[in-house]
Parts: sequence; structure tokens; C-alpha cells
Amino acid sequence: MSPVIPNLLSIITFLPLVGALAILGVKWASRKDDTTVIERNAKWIALWTTLATLALNVVLLTGFDRASTDYQFVEKIQWFSFLSYHMGVDGISVLFVALTALLMPLCILASWESVKTRVVEYMIAFLVLETLVIGVFTSLDLFLFYVFFEGGLVPMFLIIGIWGGKDRIYAAYKFFLYTLLGSVLMLAAMLYMVGVAGTSDIPTLSTFKFAEAAQSWLWFAFFASFAVKMPMWPVHTWLPDAHVQAPTAGSVMLAGILLKLGGYGFIRFNLPMFPLASEMFTPFVLTLSVIAIVVTSLIAFRQTDIKKLIAYSSVAHMGFVTMGIFAGNQAGVQGAVYQMISHGFISGALFLCVGVVYDRWHTREIAFYGGLTKLMPHFAFVFLLFTMANVGLPGTSGFVGEILTMTGLYQASTWAALVAALGVILSAMYALTLFKKVMYGEVTNEALKGHPDLTLREKIIFAPLIAGTLLLGIYPAFVFDFTTASVDAVVATYRAVIGG
Amino acid sequence: MDLSSALHLAIPELILAVSTLGILVYGALRGDKSAGTVAALCGVALIAAAFAAAFGGHGKVFNGSFIADGVALYAKVFIYIASALIIVLGRGYFERLNNNRFEFPILVVLATLGMSMMVSAGDLIALYVGLELQSLSLYILAAFRRDDAKGSEAGLKYFVLGALSSGLLLYGASLVYGFTGSMNFDAIAAAAQANPQVGLIFGLVFLISGLAFKVSAAPFHMWTPDVYEGAPTPVVAFFAGAPKFAALVLLARTLNDGFAGLHEQWSQVMLALATLSFIVGGLGGLMQKDIKRLLAYSSIANMGYALLAMATGTAQGVQALLLFMVLYTVDTLGFFSVQMALSRKGVAVTKIEELAGLSKVNVKLTIVITVLCLSVLGMPPFSGFWGKFFVFGAALDAGYWGFAVAGLVASVIGAFYYLRIIKLMWFDGDKGEIDKSPFEAKWIAYAAAAFSFPVAMVALAWLYPLAANAVKSFGLN
Repeated sequence: MSPVIPNLLSIITFLPLVGALAILGVKWASRKDDTTVIERNAKWIALWTTLATLALNVVLLTGFDRASTDYQFVEKIQWFSFLSYHMGVDGISVLFVALTALLMPLCILASWESVKTRVVEYMIAFLVLETLVIGVFTSLDLFLFYVFFEGGLVPMFLIIGIWGGKDRIYAAYKFFLYTLLGSVLMLAAMLYMVGVAGTSDIPTLSTFKFAEAAQSWLWFAFFASFAVKMPMWPVHTWLPDAHVQAPTAGSVMLAGILLKLGGYGFIRFNLPMFPLASEMFTPFVLTLSVIAIVVTSLIAFRQTDIKKLIAYSSVAHMGFVTMGIFAGNQAGVQGAVYQMISHGFISGALFLCVGVVYDRWHTREIAFYGGLTKLMPHFAFVFLLFTMANVGLPGTSGFVGEILTMTGLYQASTWAALVAALGVILSAMYALTLFKKVMYGEVTNEALKGHPDLTLREKIIFAPLIAGTLLLGIYPAFVFDFTTASVDAVVATYRAVIGG
Repeated sequence: MDLSSALHLAIPELILAVSTLGILVYGALRGDKSAGTVAALCGVALIAAAFAAAFGGHGKVFNGSFIADGVALYAKVFIYIASALIIVLGRGYFERLNNNRFEFPILVVLATLGMSMMVSAGDLIALYVGLELQSLSLYILAAFRRDDAKGSEAGLKYFVLGALSSGLLLYGASLVYGFTGSMNFDAIAAAAQANPQVGLIFGLVFLISGLAFKVSAAPFHMWTPDVYEGAPTPVVAFFAGAPKFAALVLLARTLNDGFAGLHEQWSQVMLALATLSFIVGGLGGLMQKDIKRLLAYSSIANMGYALLAMATGTAQGVQALLLFMVLYTVDTLGFFSVQMALSRKGVAVTKIEELAGLSKVNVKLTIVITVLCLSVLGMPPFSGFWGKFFVFGAALDAGYWGFAVAGLVASVIGAFYYLRIIKLMWFDGDKGEIDKSPFEAKWIAYAAAAFSFPVAMVALAWLYPLAANAVKSFGLN
């Protein structure tokens, strides 16, 4: 099958970067004192670029052969030594690319009015981030992957540090150094792998059999990087800080996409490349995940800051993902992928909800709010929907992911599944309490009055997320059509090696 | 081999030697008003020599004391180009200080000639002569602002410690000669192979110590921060790049040619130097307030990585060294140019804190510094990452697991101080307008940043095989 557009993946990956350059070009071409025009241009260019990327993704999804387990839209150019520019997507990564492309225009729209300083740089940072994140999902060369994976730190560091809240600098440092330390270990492992296998080609490495003794070290080095990114308990502590300080769109990107890099990495590297080590460490990962689910849910319950609460809830939900992946069976991995996609919608939307109230009152203290249902009925509907989806209400996408990972986990470890099930109850506890405190009751705070309900822009932002959450909740096959073949292949090879 | 074909291989050196002497006479006759012409002529000589080196042949002449192999030619081309850029930078710098003496470019070329001899040295005499020609020129350059207290201090410090290190080196060389009965690397290698005595290893350690001083590897790094801080910036930019490249190639040649059989012994010394260097560089940089001192520690750490590559004693290690040094030299050159491009009300910006809020005043230079910081920090896709990538790849292939991981962890510690610069520039309030940047400093900085990303991504596809080919003819064995 020949793709409709040649080099489609490269175009999708680098189009945002071109947009960023265009913003720079337009800025230099326009008059220096005309900042409003420059900023308006920057916003529109950013929006159109991300929309164009989204449109190309539709082409990508429709042209994708769902029955095949192979990498598709493959591009390969020899670079130097063993390195090559090798791009391609399978059923798992293609959905993450699409998710990124979908969330990005929403991020731009969400920042339309809330970002007032250095608009041009902001838009450039987001477009560069989009290129880097999409690149992570599309690269099929170990070091190309690493370049995109690490490169993403820089724009995110700047986004948190420049446009963040009060303690933004502390949060930016913490984010950067945590993730950097994780990934240098991964770099060492990658160099070793190339030394042994003589290639940095990901598909080839997936079938390469590393010695059992080496596997555990390699597994651990990759794990260190992805666990920090995910983040898993106990290396999650950078996340609440980063989330609270990041601007709304930054949080959406963090929760919606960047956290998924960890889970994607587990599926792409740890499971197929180091199956023996994966099996050996399964109890370890399951323990960490279960602790993450229970402990962070309880921590979330105690939060006084809306954003922090949602951040901790993200950690808990990512616990389900790691559980599902290391359950190592079809239902588990399938559920994990589903949960990641679904969490991309839900957590993105929840952070946007926080953005809505923050834009109006400039505080995220739960105690400040109360009775918003009366003042903002439309917003109340949106917030309720996503709260419910976060809890995992049947009919929303959150339910499918949770139930599948639990099913998978149950087959792998009954006890872990039992404890993890607590997480479902706990999530209802903190999420509904939050909703009650912020939305229900009487309007006790006079300062809350006098602000409009959702604006048209905000409604446009939420519309695709609502549609997506409900669609995926009612018709999960939309995702499964893409992922089944690839997930089956991953699980089958894994099972074949560990003999289960 | 007859004399004419022997001289043929030394054309780059001949160009430099003959033209400098001629230019020196011209300058001496015309005085300081000829400084511009002298600088231009020296630049031309360097570029001509670079071309001669780029298309030069291979061979081992003058009884094996002069080696023109791929590695030497590769190093020469980049050293000449770096030196030419230093002349450009220094010319503007000293003109603005009204210290426009014609000796500056001549000393740079003489030092470069010394480096050129170093990378081609095939015996201990050539090694020492090349090294001293380079060092003596650099001593004068370090103290070039003789009316400046810190500058004179820097020059004196560098001279005293440099003389000490030369002494160590000579002592080592004499021991090696005493135990092997030869000056020539090949003969030394044969003797060492046949009869490795403790005294020979003793001499080798002294040799390494002397050279480690020149590349400012810990624990021989003490002079670096002071000299970097005090010496004129273009001179420091020179120190940080070309001489270190030359000394490293010389060290690689001495160890791999002359002491190939003793790899087990010297690799331990190199590993110790490397580890100490990136630890000292990483930790020492954390507390620095002065930009140039910070860069001094950064260069110590980077020399650690270079020495790690060298410790492997493999072709891959030498290749990593060649690539690493080119990428690193461009980054440092960019760093120092950008520092020269920054001043407020005529006073150069020297403190890191003065960079605060630079992004609000001059976005372009801020981006340049950001790119260079990220590059030296080892962030992909910037060039510094690829440098480290080759080094650690070579180290892991040689089985130096622990050292590679230690180096990577040290680079995370080092990341902190580069991040601090980025943080100051982008996140903090500004300290006022900066002056209009001098043309040449600004553009060399832009070029260095552009090389770091994205040019290096493409250039590597050309540099990598170039270095691989150079290593193939290493030592012409």
C-alpha cells in the first residue's frame, strides 16, 4: 500500500517546527513596535499549523492498515555510522501521534487570552514541543528516539519557567533534573545495546536476544527513565510541582502527552527487548503501581489546591497503566494503551477546567470556590462529565481503560488486582469531594460573582474532548481496531519468550 | 625519502613558519599602525596552511620524527581554522581596548605552528620542541594586557606552572630515553614491548602529567580558572580550544604509538585523570560567579570526557576524541565570542548574574547562549550531545561501564550550572540595556550556535567518516 502523501510522517513531525520558524520569520518581517500585530500573527500561525498537523493526522489514520502488525509509513535514510533517520508507526504509536495532534490546537486556544507575556516565544515553544513529542512516537531508531525524548525537556523547562506560577523556577529545575538523571541512565543502556547488537534499529532490537544477565541492568536503566517520566511512585514528586506551576496549556501537555511517553516506552522497549527482565521485575512494578494507586489517591484527597489534586490523580491513573503493561497479557496491555489515550482526553480536559476558573479568579484554592453550578451551569456540566470520566463511570472512556487493566491484572496477580480495585473507590472519593466543594452548595464567596459562564472559545475547546471521551466510552472498538494487531504481536512475543 | 618530498609533507608548517617570520619583519618595521595588515596576512597564512593540510599527503619523514597521517592532518585543519577565527576576534577586541599591537596575530600563528608540530610529533624531541613553541607563545599571550593586574597575574601563573609542567615532562622524557635508549616512538614501543621496566612506566607517568597540565585535566587544573579569568577573552578562547586539541592528539599519539604495549598501565592513569576531571569540573562549576571561571570548570569537565575516550586505547576512542574536540571547540569558541559580545556601558559583562533577564533585552544573543549551554550540557540534538555520545560509546565498548556512568552522572551535576544561566536569562528580571555588540564577536557566536544546531546534524554525516578515515592511517602502521 502506498501512502497518499509521500513522507507523511516526516511532514507531520516537522510541520510544527516549520510553523515555529514561520512565526520567527513573520516577526522579523513586521515592524518592531507593532507588538499586538506580531502577537496576533503568532497566535494564528500557531493555530493553523497545529490544525494542519491535525488534518494530516486524519490522512494518516485513514491510510493506516489496521490489520497489519508491521510498521507503516516507514521512511529510512542512512545518516552516519550505524545511525539512521528511521520513522514509522504501528497501531500503538499512531494513536499517540493523533492524540498529540488533537490536544495541541486546544492548548493553543486555551492560551489564547491567558498568556499575555512573550506570546511569540510561547507559541514557538509549544510548536517545537509538538515536533519533539510526535518525533518520540514516530522514530524507529534508538538514538533518534533519544534525541526527541530528551529534546522535549527544553521547551517544557522554558514553558514552566517563563510562563508558570509563583514557584515556577523551583518546579522547572526539579522537572528538568529529575528527568535528565533518569534519561542519562537510559542513554548508557542504549550505547551498550548498540555495542552488543551492532544496530540502533528499534524493530531489529525488539527481536534481538540480550543475555539474561545484561537484561536486568538494561531493563532497569530504561525503567529509571520511563518511571520518572510516567511518573511512578516514589519518583513522582516532580509532577505535582511541575503541574501546579505550569500554565494551563503546559499542564495539558504534561498530563495529556508527556506522561504517556513513559508508558509508551515500557511497551516499546522494556517488554519486547528485555522480556526476561520484565518478567523478573513484574512483582516489583506491580507493587510500585499498587502503592501509587492507593497512596497518591489518598494524597489527592488531602489537597487544597485543585490542580495538585488532579496531578496526584494522574499519578494514580498512571499506576493502572503500568500495572496493565506489566500484567503482560492481552487485556492488560490493551487496557494500558486505552487508559493512556483516554487519560489524555480526561486529564487534559480537567486541567483545562482548572484553567477556566483560574483565568477568572486567579486562584486554585479549593476553599475559595463553592456553588459554581449556580453561576456557571455550562461549566458545571463539563466539569461533572470529566470528573465522572476520571472516576471511571461506565459510558465514559475512563471506565474501559480501568476495567481492562483490572481484568488483565487479575489474570496476572489476584492480590494486586484486589488492592488496585481500591483505587477505583478512592478516585471516586477525591474526585467527587472536589466537585462537591467547588461546584455545589451556596455561593458563599462574593468575589465569585460577576464572571461569565464558558465563552465560545472555551466551548470550542471542550467540544472535541467531550465527544472523544463519550465516543471512546461507548464505542471502544475505535481504538482497539488500531491497537489490537500491534498489541497482540507485542504480547505474543513476550509470552513466547517467558513461556506463559 | 629525499629532502624535497620530506619537505613536501611539511608544507603547512613551512607556510606558517616562513610567513610569520616575514610578517614579523614587516610589523617590526612598520610598528603598531600595521596591526590590521599583519592580522590579515596572518589570517591568510593560516587559511593557506589549512588548505595545504586538507590536501596534504601522508608520510613519516625526518627519521620518523615528523608524521603526517590522517589524524595529524585532520587536527591541523581544525586548529588552523580555530586560530584564524581567534585572530579575527582578537583584532576587534584589542582595537576597542586601544591595545592594538601587531604582535598578537603573530604570536597566535607561532603558537599554532607549535601545535602543528605537536600533532605531527613522532619522537620525544619533536614533542618537546612543538610543545614549548606553543607554550612560550601562549605565556606571552596570557599576559598580553600587561597594564592589567589580573592579566599579568594570569600570565605569571600560567608561566610558572607551565614551566613546572614542562620540567615534569622533560624529566619523564629523559627517563623514557634512559630506559629504552631511543627518542623515537616506534623504537620506544619496541623496547617497551621487549622489556617493560618500572622506570619506563615511571617516565611515562611524568610524561602524561606534563601533558595533562596542558589540557588542564584534574588534578593539574589549578591554573585554569585563574588564567581564564585574568587573560584577555580572545586569548582564553584560544586556550580553550586549539592547544587542548593539539595536546590531546599528541597525548593520543604518544600513548598509542610509543606505549601501545603498556595500555594496561596508562589506561589506569588516564581513567583516574578523566574521572577526577569530570568530578572536579562538575562540582567546581556549581559555585562560580564569573562567566569565564565557570567556562574554565566546564572545560576541565570536558577534558575529562576527552581523556575517557583516550583511555580506551582503541581506534574508536581516538575517533571519538577527534569528533568530540571539534564539536567542543566550536562550542567554546561560541561561548567566548558571546561573552565578548556582551557589555554594558562599555564595561564587559563578566559575572553570571549580569546575564539576568537578557532575553528581554537581546533575544538573539540569549538564544545563542541557550543553545550553547544546552549543547555543552549534552542535550540532544545539539552538537555537544553527539560529542559525548561518541565518547561514551567508545568507553562502553571498551568495557568502562562504571566510568561511563560516573561521567553521565557528573554531566547531570554540570547540567545544573548551565540551567542556572538559562534560568537567569529567561526567567529573571533584566539588568538594563546592553551595548551594541561588536560585529565579529556577534557573528562568530551566531555561527557557533548555528553549527551546534542544526548544522552539526548534517555536518556529522561528513565529519564522522572523515574522522573514521583519519584514524585508519593513525601512526601509519
